Amino acid sequence: MLRFFLSRLALLIPTFIGVSIVAFAFIRLLPGDPIMLLAGERGMSEERYQQLQSLYGFDQPLFVQYFHYMTDLLQGDFGTSIVTKRPVLQEFLTLFPATLELSLSAIILAIAIGVPVGVIAAVKRGSWLDQTVMGAALVGYSMPIFWWGLLLIILFSGILGWTPVSGRISLLYFFPPVTGFMLIDSLLSGQPGAFKSAVSHLILPTIVLATIPLAVIARQTRSAMLEVLGEDYVRTARSKGLPPRRVIGLHALRNALIPVVTTIGLQVGVLLAGAILTETIFSWPGIGKWMVDSVFKRDYAVVQGGLLLIAAIIMIVNLIVDVLYGLINPRIRH
Amino acid sequence: MTSTNTKDPNAAVGLEGGTVIAVSRRARLAEFWYYFSQNRGAVIGLYVFIAIVLIAIFAPVLAPHSPTMQNRGFFLLPPVWEEGGNWSFILGTDAVGRDVLSRLIYGARFSLFIGVVVVSVAVSVGILIGLIAGYFRGAVDTVIMRVMDIILAFPSLLLALVLVAILGPGLVNAMIAIALVQQPHYVRLTRAAVMSEKGRDYVTAARVAGAGNIRLMFKTILPNCTAPLIVQAALSFSAAILDAAALGFLGMGAQPPTPEWGTMLAEAREFILRAWWVVTFPGLAILITVLAINLMGDGLRDALDPKLKRS
Repeated sequence: MLRFFLSRLALLIPTFIGVSIVAFAFIRLLPGDPIMLLAGERGMSEERYQQLQSLYGFDQPLFVQYFHYMTDLLQGDFGTSIVTKRPVLQEFLTLFPATLELSLSAIILAIAIGVPVGVIAAVKRGSWLDQTVMGAALVGYSMPIFWWGLLLIILFSGILGWTPVSGRISLLYFFPPVTGFMLIDSLLSGQPGAFKSAVSHLILPTIVLATIPLAVIARQTRSAMLEVLGEDYVRTARSKGLPPRRVIGLHALRNALIPVVTTIGLQVGVLLAGAILTETIFSWPGIGKWMVDSVFKRDYAVVQGGLLLIAAIIMIVNLIVDVLYGLINPRIRH
Repeated sequence: MTSTNTKDPNAAVGLEGGTVIAVSRRARLAEFWYYFSQNRGAVIGLYVFIAIVLIAIFAPVLAPHSPTMQNRGFFLLPPVWEEGGNWSFILGTDAVGRDVLSRLIYGARFSLFIGVVVVSVAVSVGILIGLIAGYFRGAVDTVIMRVMDIILAFPSLLLALVLVAILGPGLVNAMIAIALVQQPHYVRLTRAAVMSEKGRDYVTAARVAGAGNIRLMFKTILPNCTAPLIVQAALSFSAAILDAAALGFLGMGAQPPTPEWGTMLAEAREFILRAWWVVTFPGLAILITVLAINLMGDGLRDALDPKLKRS
C-alpha cells in the first residue's frame, strides 16, 4: 500500500514542476513589461524601475529567475500581493476556509441526495420515478449555475425574503475566527442567533454549488448500480432469499460505489471552478472570488500564487482519491 | 460510393466490393438512427437544436427589432403578459430600452458560433496530438501526456479566465482559451483509442501492404476511433457554450453591447430584484440550448457505444 502511495506521489512531481512553470510563465507572458504591470496604472521613475527590476530579479536570465522562484516556493514564499502588500500564502490561508466550508457542504449535499436518488432510479429502472429523476439530473447537469444562483436570489431573497443576498454572516455578529468555518465559529461564539445567521447565509450558495456535482453523482450512481445489479453475485444473493434491501444495500451498492468514488473525486476541480462563479454571485469571501477580483485588479502576483496553490490542492485531492480507490478496490493496486 | 473508397477499413484491407460497402454503410446509418431514435429525449433534443440553428440563421428575419437599438421611453419594460407590458416588446426591454427577445434571437448566433469554433479547434488539435502520442508512444507520448496532466491540474474555468486575462477580454480570446482548456480530453480519448486499435490485424495488414505512418494514422486507424470522439464533441459543445457564457458573465468574454447570453446576464445583474425578466430569459436560453445538446449527446452515446447497446 505504501509503495502504491509513493509511486503515485512520485508521478505528481513532474506535473507539479510543470504547473509551477505555467504559473512562472504567466506573469512573463502578459503583454507588456512585468514591472510596469506590477506598478499598475501609476507608473514610476526610471530609478525606481531599475530598483524593482533587480528586486524581482527580472534583469537576470530566465532559468536563474525560475531557480529563485522555485527556492522561494519551497520555502513557502508565494509572492506578495501588489494591492494589499500581504504575502499571497497568508491571504490564501485566510480565505481558504470559506471556500472549504462552502465546497464541503456542497459535496455533502450532493452525495447525500445524489447517491440515494441514483440507487432508487436504478432499482426502479424505467419507472416514472426513474425518468423524472434522470430528467432532473440532466437539467442540473446543463445548468448555467451563475444564472441558477441569480434565480434563487430572486425567489428566496427577493420575493420570499427568507435568505440574505450575500456574505457569510450578518454584520450584527462579530467574533474572532477560531477554525475559519463560520458554522463552527458561530457556535463557539455562543452568541444567540449567530449560528442561524451563518446557516441562512450558507444555504443558497451550497445549493448552487452542489447542483452540477449532484447531477453527475446521481447519473453515475444509477449507471454503476445498473451494471452491478446484472452481475451473477447479485442474482445469487437474491436467489438465496436475502431481503431486497440487503441485496441492494450490501451486495450491490458496495461494488457500485467504486466508480462513484472516482466521480466524486473528479468533482473537486468542478467545485473549485464552480466556486469562482458561486462566490462571485453571493460575494462569498473565498478563493474563487479572490482570484476573479485579482484578475480584475490586475494583482498578478496573487493570480500567479493562487493559480499554483489551487492546482496543488486539486493534485493532492486527486492523489487522495487515487489512494482511496486503491483501498476499496484492491485489484488496481498491483 | 465507389469501390475505391479507402476511408472504410474493409476497403483498405481489400476484402469487400463497392456495393457491399454502400449497403453496409447505409445499414450502419440506419442502425445508428434506430438506436438514436429509441431515446425519446435525444430526438426532442435534436428538434430543439434544429430550431435553435434555424433561429440563429434567420435572426434578421425573426427579430422584431435591432438587437442594439435603444428605444427611449421603454426602459425596463416588463414582458407582454405583465402589467404595463407592450406587444411590440414581447419579452420586455432591458435597462437601456433594447428589446430582450431580439437580443436573445441574435444571441443564438453567438452561442452556436462559439460551440462550433471551440469544438472544431479542440477536436482537430486534440486528435492530432492524441494520434501522435498513441501511435508513436515512448518519450513523445510521455511528454505530451505530462503536458495534458498539467492543463488538467487547473480548474478549467480558472485557467480560461487567466488565459483571457493574458490575451485580453473578448469573444475570440475566450474561444481560444476554452478550446485550449478542452483539448486534453480529446488527446486522452484519441490516444486510448489509437493504442487499442494499433495492435489489430487490419492495421498490421495495412502496414504489411506498405502503408506509411501518416496513412496508417489518419486513414487506417483514425476512422475506427471516432465513436467516443463524437460523443465527447457533443458534450464539449455544450460545455463550451456554458464556459463562454460564464466568462461573459464575469466580464471576460464577449463585450457589451454584444447580445451574447452570458454578457446579457452580466449587464442585467444589478436589476435582479427590480426586473426579473432581464435576468431570467438569457439564462433560460442558455439552459435550453445546453440541455438540447446534452440530450442529443446521451442519444449519440447510446447509439454509438456498443457496450451500452447490449445492456
